[in-house]
Amino acid sequence: MSLLHLAIVAPLIFAILVPFFYKSFRRIHTGWFVLPLPILLFIYFFSFISTTKSKEVVMKTLDWIPTLGINFTAKVDGLGLLFALLITGIGALVVLYSIYYLSKGKEKLHNFYVYLLLFMGAMLGVVLSDNLIVMYAFWELTSFSSFLLIGYWYHREKSRYGAQKSMLITVFGGLSMLGGIILLYLMTGSFSISEIITQADVIVTSPLFIPALICILLGAFTKSAQFPFHIWLPDAMEAPTPVSAYLHSATMVKAGIYLVARLTPVFAVDGLWLWLVASFGIFTLFWGSFSAVKQTDLKSILAFSTVSQLGLIMSLLGVGAASLHYVGLDDNLYVVATTAAIFHLINHATFKGSLFMVVGIVDHETGTRDIRKLGGLLHFMPITFTLAMIGAFSMAGLPPFNGFLSKEMFFTGMLRVLEMDFFSFDSFAILFPILAWVASVFTFIYSMILVFKTFTGKYQPEKLEKKPHEAPLGMLISPIILASLVIIIFFFPNSLLSDNLISPALSSILPSLLTDEEGFMVHIYQWHGFNPELFMTLGVIAVGVLLYLTLPKWRRVYDLFPENLTLNRFYDGAVNRAQTGSFKFTKSFMNGSIRSYLVYIFTFFIVILATALFYKNAFKVDTTNLASIGVYEVLLALLIMIGAVSILFAKTRLSQIILLGSVGYTVSLFYVLFRAPDLALTQLVIESVSVALFLVCFYHLPKLRREETRIRFKLTNAIISVGVGAIVTLIALSAHSNKFFSSISQYYIENTYEKAAGKNMVNVILVDFRGFDTLFEITVLAIASLGIYGMIKLRLARREED
Amino acid sequence: MEILMSIVVGVLFMTATYLMLSKSLLRIIVGTGLLSHGAHLLILTMGGLKRGAAPLLGENAESYTDPLPQALILTAIVISFGVTAFFLVLAYRAYKELGTDNIEQMRGTESNE
Amino acid sequence: MRSNNIILETAIKVILFIIVLFSVYIFFAGHYYPGGGFIGGLMTAGALVLLLIAYDIKTVSMILPFNYRIMTGIGLLFAIGTSAGAIFFNVPFLTHAFGHIDLPILGEISLHTATIFDLGVYLVVVGVSMTIIQTIGEDE
Repeated sequence: MSLLHLAIVAPLIFAILVPFFYKSFRRIHTGWFVLPLPILLFIYFFSFISTTKSKEVVMKTLDWIPTLGINFTAKVDGLGLLFALLITGIGALVVLYSIYYLSKGKEKLHNFYVYLLLFMGAMLGVVLSDNLIVMYAFWELTSFSSFLLIGYWYHREKSRYGAQKSMLITVFGGLSMLGGIILLYLMTGSFSISEIITQADVIVTSPLFIPALICILLGAFTKSAQFPFHIWLPDAMEAPTPVSAYLHSATMVKAGIYLVARLTPVFAVDGLWLWLVASFGIFTLFWGSFSAVKQTDLKSILAFSTVSQLGLIMSLLGVGAASLHYVGLDDNLYVVATTAAIFHLINHATFKGSLFMVVGIVDHETGTRDIRKLGGLLHFMPITFTLAMIGAFSMAGLPPFNGFLSKEMFFTGMLRVLEMDFFSFDSFAILFPILAWVASVFTFIYSMILVFKTFTGKYQPEKLEKKPHEAPLGMLISPIILASLVIIIFFFPNSLLSDNLISPALSSILPSLLTDEEGFMVHIYQWHGFNPELFMTLGVIAVGVLLYLTLPKWRRVYDLFPENLTLNRFYDGAVNRAQTGSFKFTKSFMNGSIRSYLVYIFTFFIVILATALFYKNAFKVDTTNLASIGVYEVLLALLIMIGAVSILFAKTRLSQIILLGSVGYTVSLFYVLFRAPDLALTQLVIESVSVALFLVCFYHLPKLRREETRIRFKLTNAIISVGVGAIVTLIALSAHSNKFFSSISQYYIENTYEKAAGKNMVNVILVDFRGFDTLFEITVLAIASLGIYGMIKLRLARREED
Repeated sequence: MEILMSIVVGVLFMTATYLMLSKSLLRIIVGTGLLSHGAHLLILTMGGLKRGAAPLLGENAESYTDPLPQALILTAIVISFGVTAFFLVLAYRAYKELGTDNIEQMRGTESNE
Repeated sequence: MRSNNIILETAIKVILFIIVLFSVYIFFAGHYYPGGGFIGGLMTAGALVLLLIAYDIKTVSMILPFNYRIMTGIGLLFAIGTSAGAIFFNVPFLTHAFGHIDLPILGEISLHTATIFDLGVYLVVVGVSMTIIQTIGEDE
């Protein structure tokens, strides 16, 4: 286990300690104990920048299941490092923010930080694993921790609903991704991403290629909330705001982006990948921004805005994948799209993170997030207003904020789709810049709504729960850091990001474009001259301002959509139907009666064994290899059969117990005859102890009542039991007559003395060769005895009303 | 001998099944006891009967009976003792708490709709 | 409640020792002759049950003040301890070792770690059987 592995699992290990901190130091906010961890991890990962800058890749392998090719291979390259820095950096800020957001008296902080650390570790695992199966395991762990965090206030019904929804959708995607991973394994024989990439040219011809592609994309699209799977993200906003800022905007939802970026070298050879990624992305961008405008809840606006921004990055990755169809970097039109995707990914984390925190502050200080109730907060919260403005203007793509830079590059990328002349892109290409432009207009509108509806306009104190005032300094630190980054990145994008983060990340996504010495030369300009992109931005501002001002007049467009045709309706209906349907189905045979279950089990037992015997033609009686029959054995056999059958007719409990005992003693005599002295002894003693046990319990047990006498009841029982008896006899005969394998017992017979220095083979097998069995057996015995002790001694607490 | 034993095992299974399908708890427990006897004899029969001396090297015999089934059965005997005891006490407690040993009357009322 | 079965009470005093001694012998013989932890343990438990039948529970727990649940635990520790001990010698879990030692008078004696494992089994079996019988008997 290297330091790198330790860094990945450190949050998971630390999560174990959190409850102890919480218990022991009640007076100190648990967040203070957690905060150093992400900071340390951030510094640790920061030290990798010089390594990835020189295109080196750090790989550390820890064997897990080597026989299946599943190893915990940690890999730090440009792309993984970028994400790791985002996860730990934003993570540190979010933890700091949460210390002020969640009060230590009222909230279950230990739960919160355990979940948060669980997520942090899982997410680091996703982005730093080279092995697909390990990555998948971490991937599902992020879904689980997201589920737990959304349901953090589990007493609210909406929280539970949102948690379940996100879980169902993302885990569905995760499972389909697992399918894709296995298909990839079938094609390449490896789970390692690096190895799969080297075989990319081979697998494209495989018939499994397209199914694998679709399965993987389903996983990425559900996680990154792409249309039509985006419906879980708005409901996930029930989580505490720090969580929304962290999981549902900056990191977890970008796991899908990460996956697409990571596997671009594998799949981009096929046109379908370009088509699906780019078109789903661009449509999500449009749909998200369009839906955001009609929201009235601040967090819902941000949720839909996140959906649309994720779509933007996704579409850029799709278009950028086209660059792999060129040789080398010269005249490569589409590298700019991938560059923009990476750049926007960073920008989005900064401005959306700060916006979420701002909304959290507004919620915290006023008690509501409804823009119909808010307004005129400018005078009460000047700092918060400034932060909101920086974030929102960056999101709208205005200078001097980093959003402007990546938005311009985005337009460039979309305009270049027009020049794409393969995969029949030319016929639809024009849609891309148009949708991009329209979506940008809507983005502009909701960004303005976010700022101006909240902070300007009429102040309505009667609708607010609290008297608003500026947030405490501690709560402002994190958004201030993020907002300053928004501005700093605008002015120094190249010295800060280009060589350090963007270029190494690009070489992970588009490795085949480079020769060994080359690196991507990324240069981001604030000013490009008067080109189409600039005019598009100007158009966005002009049309956006106009539409924002006339918003009340055209708002009714949103009512045109029929209520009952929405995706949410569809989801609710499907979940409901699945629930009631499966409940009905289960109810139809699970009627709560043990007898019915036994009837099912025995009937199934008979049917399956009889069919197997019949179809395999296995029934056969071999009379050549039989042991001799002696008088005693026949006598004992008769005795046992008579004893067993007469239990059925016994009228009293005592006679039943005694008959059972007699059967047991006869069995022990059988063991004597069959040369099994150990068994005979054990059976003899056990039978005595059991009979004693039965007799001790005897006084407490009810008298036998007459069994039910309905003929049908008895007949069913009789038929089933005769069937079971007959089938067991047949199986026993056939098993004796068909010997397919030689017995493994010879090994024990030969080695008992050599390897274990014992002479009693049975005992040696028990304590030595198969010691595990015995170990677990005595454990089971101990558990059974404790269970008995508990049942008798520890009476169930009487119900209060008694 | 194996044929005879197969029939014995069949009879044990048959009676055990019949008892387990009845409604009284005590009968069910007795049924499980018979079932385990049947299963033990079945395993023993599968391994072949009387194929040599008892599996003790001290016997210095030419051939020995298969020791593996015996080891398995030994484990099974002790486990089935534990399970029977547990079941017995469960039945006894259930009878004391609920006042019935009829499993039909013990049916829980499920209400998850 | 004292039982008044004089014959059983008198006989048990002698028989008990014989059975317990025999069970201990059976336990140690286990590696070579029929016997071992299971049988030895059960036999000891059987002897104790006999004692319970002759006298009542209170008397027996006065004569033998064992906590049988703790005995079960100790037995499990023995078994797991011997199995896990193998790890310290860099061999797989549950590997047993044995050796032969020549002692004066007694002659050659072989020592097995497997015997310690079996002792664990013995203790668990006694502990479990007695816990079960005792708890049921005490209930009322």
